[in-house]
Amino acid sequence: MKEIVIISGKGGTGKTSLTAAFAYLGGEEVVVADCDVDAADMHLLMQPDFFRSEDFYSGELAWINQDECTQCGKCAEVCRFDAIPVIEGKYIVEPLSCEGCGYCARVCPVDAIINKPLNVGKWYASNIKTGTTMVHARLGIGADNSGKLVTKVKNEAKIIAKKANKDYIIVDGSPGIGCPVVSSLSGAAFVVLVTEPTVSGLHDLERVYKLVKKFNIKAGCIINKADLNLSKTEEIKEFLKSKNINHIASLPYDETFTKAMTHGQTIIEFGKGELQSMITDSWNKIKQIVNLK
Amino acid sequence: MKIAIASGKGGTGKTTISVNLASFLAEDKEVVLVDLDVEEPNSGLFLDAGLIHQENKFKMIPKWHEDACTLCGICQEVCNSNAVIQLDTIIMVFPQLCNSCYACSELCPTGALPMIPEKMGELKHFKNEHLHFVESRLEIGQEHAVPLITQTHKYIDEHFTNDLIQIFDSPPGTSCPVIEATKDADLVILVTEPTPFGLHDLKLAVETMQQLNKKTIVIINRHGIGNDEVFDYCQEENIPVIAKIPNSRLIAEIYSKGELIYPQVPEFRQEMEAIKTFILNFRKEEVR
Repeated sequence: MKEIVIISGKGGTGKTSLTAAFAYLGGEEVVVADCDVDAADMHLLMQPDFFRSEDFYSGELAWINQDECTQCGKCAEVCRFDAIPVIEGKYIVEPLSCEGCGYCARVCPVDAIINKPLNVGKWYASNIKTGTTMVHARLGIGADNSGKLVTKVKNEAKIIAKKANKDYIIVDGSPGIGCPVVSSLSGAAFVVLVTEPTVSGLHDLERVYKLVKKFNIKAGCIINKADLNLSKTEEIKEFLKSKNINHIASLPYDETFTKAMTHGQTIIEFGKGELQSMITDSWNKIKQIVNLK
Repeated sequence: MKIAIASGKGGTGKTTISVNLASFLAEDKEVVLVDLDVEEPNSGLFLDAGLIHQENKFKMIPKWHEDACTLCGICQEVCNSNAVIQLDTIIMVFPQLCNSCYACSELCPTGALPMIPEKMGELKHFKNEHLHFVESRLEIGQEHAVPLITQTHKYIDEHFTNDLIQIFDSPPGTSCPVIEATKDADLVILVTEPTPFGLHDLKLAVETMQQLNKKTIVIINRHGIGNDEVFDYCQEENIPVIAKIPNSRLIAEIYSKGELIYPQVPEFRQEMEAIKTFILNFRKEEVR
């Protein structure tokens, strides 16, 4: 069982649309994991049934028992996150600022502070229309620990894939280079970088590739909307060549992606044409690379 | 006044709006644009401004002093992030897991874990006539954007007054970095696109901003592609849609080259006018 992670650095390059297309093409041989837990969208194209739904707890949140508190102020003094303001004469923990480090509870002389486990979201397992299982999640608003939820989604996907003897796990990652992306990369067999020929697309590709390199994972790249700016596309190809990144495909700027999405469909279901066969070729190429050696 | 430009979904046009709006406003006003998408800062690619200041930003992490350590184990016990681990007779620190709470350092009975600065990123300050531009950039491998965003806010508050229009290009999503980027904003502009993904993530962003009690307005980008559901949702929720940027390949091409759009596309400039009018009126109301 091999994990294929799709990320982009920059948002809006077509990452989820392509991941959904690969999931559709992969059909029953894949398990799908939507690790863009911050703004998970892939379920909109997959008709999930949410057969399993569980709260996810990670980290802690300080809570001050006002009956015990002597207003000594030690907690606020040690808090580096300014999370314990005085409101109407009472020391109150501001949940969005609290990092759950637990320092305040340790220095409270009367043990008035309790660390409560923090619900940071929900994760789901669903049967989806492609005849397989998808693991997905919804991060709570403003929640920290998105990396931990990503790890949870991936681990559950792995368990399901192992049990059902699936060949691949397809992982839709989040934009950026921070903790959720780092978590989605660990254990990956291959990374597909989806980019676009814009100044920001290339800039973000370079940054996210540096991260991928730290993990020593083999990478390939799809240049989406390639005809939007041909000279930028050339520049990206040069970059790929210099880093030995497999150039999987260049796809055209095509609003059919959006049309398919408004119908709740992947691009593959939405028609049979040049674009569909290019994406099919890309998926076959990815499988081939992943199975090398 | 502080205006945050945010969105749930990535790639809806936050940076496009931020750089064009800031430059447009700067034609006759003092403006500061701040790129808080520290993981992937892009605004600077679209601006032509001279660097006037640069500084490294640090987070504080504990450093183990073997000679002072009695291996009592308190540091490991108090660290909720598993960033300090005792292995036999060695204390190991994992900087990327450390959230700089100082507990291990200050609760160590022998002072064997003093806090030292570790570089987490870089802040740069550029200027071009009326436009100030400040960007922060997270080091690759650093996982936590929030401390860098906090320090960037601090820099802005120390260098600019609130009568200036301050525009904050925020990270995508709804998790901690977005909260940190938008929490001091007087006005939040959510940029979305009229598609199912756009709508789904817009709803999350609206919920987030409601929780923060923020005055929220919407700009629909790529108007004409997709469907009317985003617009209908905004009407139902009483969220003003103050601009609709037309879906246009030309705009996408200009963007791809790293150029400003409003000087080249009259329809785009019109929308910038509409946003400007809204902002100036909003500021008047606020002052009252």
